[in-house]
Amino acid sequence: MNEDENTLKKNGQGGAAVLTKPEAAGKRKQVFSEVMLSVRDLYVSFRTFGGEVQALRGVSFDLYKGETLAIVGESGCGKSVTANTIMGLIPEPAGRIKNGSVLFKGKDLTKLDKSKMRKVQGVDISMIFQDPMTALNPTLKIGEQLTEGLRTHQKVSIGEARKKAIKLLEVVGIPNPEERMKQYPHQFSGGMRQRIVIAIALICEPELLIADEPTTALDVTIQAQILELFEEIQERTGVSIILITHDLGVVAKIADRIAVMYAGKVIEIGTKREVFYTPQHPYTKGLLASVPRLDLKEEELQPIEGTPPDLFAPPIGCPFTARCPFAMEVCDRIYPGTTDISVTHAVDCWLQDERAKKLFD
Amino acid sequence: MAIYIVKRFFMMIATILIIATLTFFLMHSVPGSPFDEERTSNPTIQANLEKFYKLDQPTHVQYFDYLKSIATFDFGPSIKKPNETVNTLLARGFPISFELGMVTILVAVISGITLGTLAALRHNGIIDYSAMAFAVIGISVPNFVLATVLIQQFAVNWNLLPPATWSSRMHMILPTLALATGPTAIIARLTRSSMLEVLTQDYIKMARAKGLSPVRIVLRHALRNALMPVVTIMGTMLAGILTGTFVIEKIFAIPGMGKYFVESINNRDYPVIMGSTVFYSAFLVFMLFLVDIVYGFIDPRIKLHRKEGDA
Repeated sequence: MNEDENTLKKNGQGGAAVLTKPEAAGKRKQVFSEVMLSVRDLYVSFRTFGGEVQALRGVSFDLYKGETLAIVGESGCGKSVTANTIMGLIPEPAGRIKNGSVLFKGKDLTKLDKSKMRKVQGVDISMIFQDPMTALNPTLKIGEQLTEGLRTHQKVSIGEARKKAIKLLEVVGIPNPEERMKQYPHQFSGGMRQRIVIAIALICEPELLIADEPTTALDVTIQAQILELFEEIQERTGVSIILITHDLGVVAKIADRIAVMYAGKVIEIGTKREVFYTPQHPYTKGLLASVPRLDLKEEELQPIEGTPPDLFAPPIGCPFTARCPFAMEVCDRIYPGTTDISVTHAVDCWLQDERAKKLFD
Repeated sequence: MAIYIVKRFFMMIATILIIATLTFFLMHSVPGSPFDEERTSNPTIQANLEKFYKLDQPTHVQYFDYLKSIATFDFGPSIKKPNETVNTLLARGFPISFELGMVTILVAVISGITLGTLAALRHNGIIDYSAMAFAVIGISVPNFVLATVLIQQFAVNWNLLPPATWSSRMHMILPTLALATGPTAIIARLTRSSMLEVLTQDYIKMARAKGLSPVRIVLRHALRNALMPVVTIMGTMLAGILTGTFVIEKIFAIPGMGKYFVESINNRDYPVIMGSTVFYSAFLVFMLFLVDIVYGFIDPRIKLHRKEGDA
């Protein structure tokens, strides 16, 4: 897939709202230039019995209209916290946004009060959860679970809401939607339930869809179907998607851009091609080397040695230092600044420093 | 559903039959007879009396006679109150006991669920702590102690409410309070803990992500799921409240079934013992059956009958 890296602009705020429709036959060959969501320097902490966990430590990224941004990283790196913060679902009072902003179409979501945030939740931004077996309420008919969001936010009659829900069920690939509306979640398989969860997320026609590990709990064959469904929906509606995952296979399939997170920071961000073929951060390289590949037979899988740092007391320098094969003294002491590799590709690593380049040459 | 009900019906009959049989033999194994305390210990009179009430018959004949009386819902005359039959006693006493029991359950369920839900929503807050303090006290204090304290305070000291009997709405308040406090406390604790668990579920998070109002999330999404354990204990709680009515009726001088029931046991009034035991157990078994049906309505995953081809 050949797409978009030369037309993407990193941090391209203020650009004219140009969304060119796909002209070539290729899939989703849009030009992304309108920033829809801009996360800036986000710090989120959780108070626990053991102390304060600094889950996000200055996360910044932009999301363009109509693109799919994948956020990858291992467990505990802050992927889901990022998603929940954008969505306004940080459990209070334990969780707290300490700094930063989430600008959605120019509006800072972190500053909205709860009732105003509810007008964004499910309307402008929707979320798809990891486990479809638990995300649906077992005691309510799926028809009600589908229509209640619509009926809360828009003045529509039950009949209209039902009609729309049935149509959406068709879109997400549920056969006999009319009958299925009257059924309960336990009467559906896992894949079907995830389709319903997706339909629920889409009912108010949101502009941003946050999918938190949407395929992790599914069979591999179902995973592929769900990913195709995402692509289809994006083609149909032009919705932007933030895809949270640790599965690089999923990323390879549907992402346009990739943000790699580690210990509460975005350490590398770039287009899919850039991150997959010319990864700059040693962590990204390690992540890619630990994925089995069909084209390279001989090579053994390379695990990343060690464990991520403790976020109760995160290191002041680069958090990957302890596990990094290229670690230098400076890494341990000062967090590296962001280096732009290209207009779309940026990385936080001391190896990008001119002096380090000399050292390793 | 129909098959299930028919099946349950036969099981209910079997249960009642077992209870009836056990009661019959237990009763007959207790020494003494209804005529022990009679002043006229004339053997002829006694023999005639026993003949009249068929107590001279062999036990198994009495047993089958008694089964017949259950089947025909005619429990015969009381031995101690010659002018009354067991049926008239039940007709007079039971409605009052029933009223007390039902009002109690209603109060306990509504206030218990409300209290438990509020406590869960304000987890570790003042409401939570005070509700749970109340619950611990409510569970620990026996209802007869509470009843006397209530009478002392509300009726005697403050003269706000009538101390006893059963003739108006005002008369119902104290006995209901005394009887409902324990069950309210149990329901509140149960609702709170299951509510806390439900509130952490993914579907609650999803409901929040839909931008629904907190009220709707609690009432529509959380409560129904949180009520399952409450429904489960409703069965045993019903039994507790029913037997509780006997004690409370005695304290508040309420002319319900409890009075006759206790008297009949003391007097060996066989027909009344048998009649009221069987009637009460039938009632209880029926209520348990209702609870099971309600279960299926609250949680659609619970199927009361097996159906082919369910996905």
